[in-house]
Amino acid sequence: MNGAAHLLCRLLAMPETARTLDARQWGEVMTVARAELLIGSLAFRLRGMVLPERVEAILAAAIRSAEEGRRQALWEAEMARRALAPLGCPVALLKGTAFVAAGLDAGQGRHIGDLDILVPRASLDAAEAALLGAGWEWVKPDPYDDAYYRRWMHELPPLIHRERDRMIDVHHTILPPTARTTPDAAKLLAAAEPLGNGLSILSPEDMVIHAAIHLFADGDLSGGLRNLWDIDRLVRECIARDADYPAGLAARAAEHQAERAVARALRAAHALFDTPALPGKAERLFDAAARRRLLARDGWGRGTRPATRLAFYVRSHWLRMPPAMLARHLWIKFMRDRRAGA
Amino acid sequence: MRHVFSVRIGPVSFRVGSDWRGPVEQLRALYADHPAPVDGIADYTVRLSATRPWRRFVRPSVAIAGDYMLPDAAPLPLAHGLLAAEMAMNLQLALGERRFLLLHAATVERDGRAIVLTGESGAGKSTLAALLSARGWRLMGDEFALLDPETGLLHAFPRLVSLKNAAVGVVRRALPEARFGPLMAGTPKGDIRHLVPDAVALAAMDRPARPVRLVFPRYGFANDAQPVGAGEAFVRLTQASTNYVALGEQGFDALTRFVREVPAVALDYPDADSAIAAIEG
Repeated sequence: MNGAAHLLCRLLAMPETARTLDARQWGEVMTVARAELLIGSLAFRLRGMVLPERVEAILAAAIRSAEEGRRQALWEAEMARRALAPLGCPVALLKGTAFVAAGLDAGQGRHIGDLDILVPRASLDAAEAALLGAGWEWVKPDPYDDAYYRRWMHELPPLIHRERDRMIDVHHTILPPTARTTPDAAKLLAAAEPLGNGLSILSPEDMVIHAAIHLFADGDLSGGLRNLWDIDRLVRECIARDADYPAGLAARAAEHQAERAVARALRAAHALFDTPALPGKAERLFDAAARRRLLARDGWGRGTRPATRLAFYVRSHWLRMPPAMLARHLWIKFMRDRRAGA
Repeated sequence: MRHVFSVRIGPVSFRVGSDWRGPVEQLRALYADHPAPVDGIADYTVRLSATRPWRRFVRPSVAIAGDYMLPDAAPLPLAHGLLAAEMAMNLQLALGERRFLLLHAATVERDGRAIVLTGESGAGKSTLAALLSARGWRLMGDEFALLDPETGLLHAFPRLVSLKNAAVGVVRRALPEARFGPLMAGTPKGDIRHLVPDAVALAAMDRPARPVRLVFPRYGFANDAQPVGAGEAFVRLTQASTNYVALGEQGFDALTRFVREVPAVALDYPDADSAIAAIEG
C-alpha cells in the first residue's frame, strides 16, 4: 500500500482535507514529502491553517528553509549572470530557479538544488570558459563521463563553485541529441521572456513542455512527483491568466515533437492533482504504470515497487540512446563499477 | 517497518523503524524514562534497514537512513545496531534541523547558567559533561547544543551520552549507580558504551538555559587556559555547526550574538580532574 504518497497528493491538491488526518498519517505524509522534496511546497499550501502543534512547527521550519533556499538560488543565478554577462549571449533560467525568479506559484516552497541554465549551443564553449574563470570547477573526474557529456548530452558536465559549493548545469537544449524527441532549442531561447536583469525564463508553454519532457521523454521518474507538482502549478497559473493556454500549449508541444510527453504529463497531473486541461485519449497501461511509479514510496520514506522502478529506469536509457550505443555505454559503466568495487 | 520506536529528546522527537528487533529493544530500554513525541508526531524518521534483503539474516548489516541521508554512509554490523540508531538520529538533526542553530558541543547547566564545551572528536566533551553531571551539574547534552536564534537561549538535547574507549571506565567509576548500554567493541569510532542521562537531566529537559561560558577543551596537553576572542570563537563555531550555512542570515545573527555575549576560553588539560577544576573554578 502506498496510502502516504497518495495522501500527500491529496493534501497538495486539496489542503482543506488536512483536518481529517490523524497523527500516524501526519507522520507518514511528512516523511514522504521530505523524501520527494515536497515538504516546502506542502508547507506553503497548508500555511495559515490550524494544524496539530507539531505539524505547524515542522512546516514552519520547512517554510524558513525554503525561503533561505530561494534566496541562495537567486544569488547563485546572479553570480552566473555576472560571470556570463561579458559574453552577451542570451541566458535562460530553467526549473526551480526560474520559478522563484519569476515569482510563480510553482516556486512557492520549491526545493532548489542545482542552478540550471540554457545558453545557445554556439556559446557553450565561451560560457564554460567564463564560468571556469569565475570560480566554478569540474565535478566529474572520470574521463569517460566527461567525454560522454561533451559528445552526447544536452548539457556540459556539471560544474561546482569552489567557494559556494553550488552546482551549475549549463544546457544547450533540453534533451540529449541522441534522444528520439528533438525539441527546438533555438525556438526555446527565441520565445524566452526577459526578467529585466539580463536573464530570462522560458515561455509559459515551454516551461511546461520542459517539465513534461523531463518526466516522460528523458528521466526514470525518480523525484517525479515534484516535477508533476510543478506542472500542476504552472498549468493552473497559466490558465488563470489566459483561458486559451491549453490550446497554445498543445500547438507548441507539436513544434517540439513533445505532444506525447506533454499529454502523458497532463494526464498524470490530472489523475494525481486534479489539474485542469485534460488532453486526448488515455493510454491505459502506460498511464497506470506511470502512476504506480510516481507513487512508489511508503510511509517510512522507502522507495517501493522495485520492478516498476527498474522498468522506468531501463526505459529512460532506451529513450536516451540507440540500442548499440546503449549497450556500449552500459558495458563501460559496468566494467568501471566492477573495477571500483574490487 | 517491522519494529518501531518513538521518543522525544528535548524539543526534538524521532520515529525509528527497524528491520530487526534488537536495536529497537535496546532503544526502548535505554530511553525508557524519556517521553513520547508530543501529539504522537515525530520531527524526524529514522530507518534501520538491511543493506540487501538477505542481509537481514546473513551477516546482518544495518544501513543508516531516514528523512535526511548521507549518500556514502557506511553500514554497521547488527551488533552495533544501537550505534547505528544513534548516528542516524544525530544525522537527522545535523542535516535537517532549521529551528535551532546546532553547535557540535556538550552542555551542562547549573542555576540557569550553561557552559558549552566544544571541540573535535576526542577533545573530551562527552566525558567531561558526564563527569560534571556526577558533580551536580545538569547534563543538557553531549552532542548538540541547540541555540534558539530568537531568544539566544540553549535548549537541551539529552540523548544517550556516547562514551568511547578509556572514558567508559572513567565515567563508570564516577557514576557507579548510572545505567549504561551494552559495550560495543571495535566500532569505527572505537569501543563505545552509552550512558543514560540521569533523572535531573530528563526532568529539566524542557527548560532552556542562558549560555555563560564557551570552552574549547583539548585533552592530552599541560594545563593551560587562554581567553579566545569573539572573532576566533565565531570562526571555530561556524566549523562546529552543521547547519550554520543552511540557516543563512538567521544563523549569522544567532552566532554573532552568541560570541559577543559568551566569553570563551581554550582549555588544555592533562587529566579529567584538572579540567573539571578549571571549569568549576
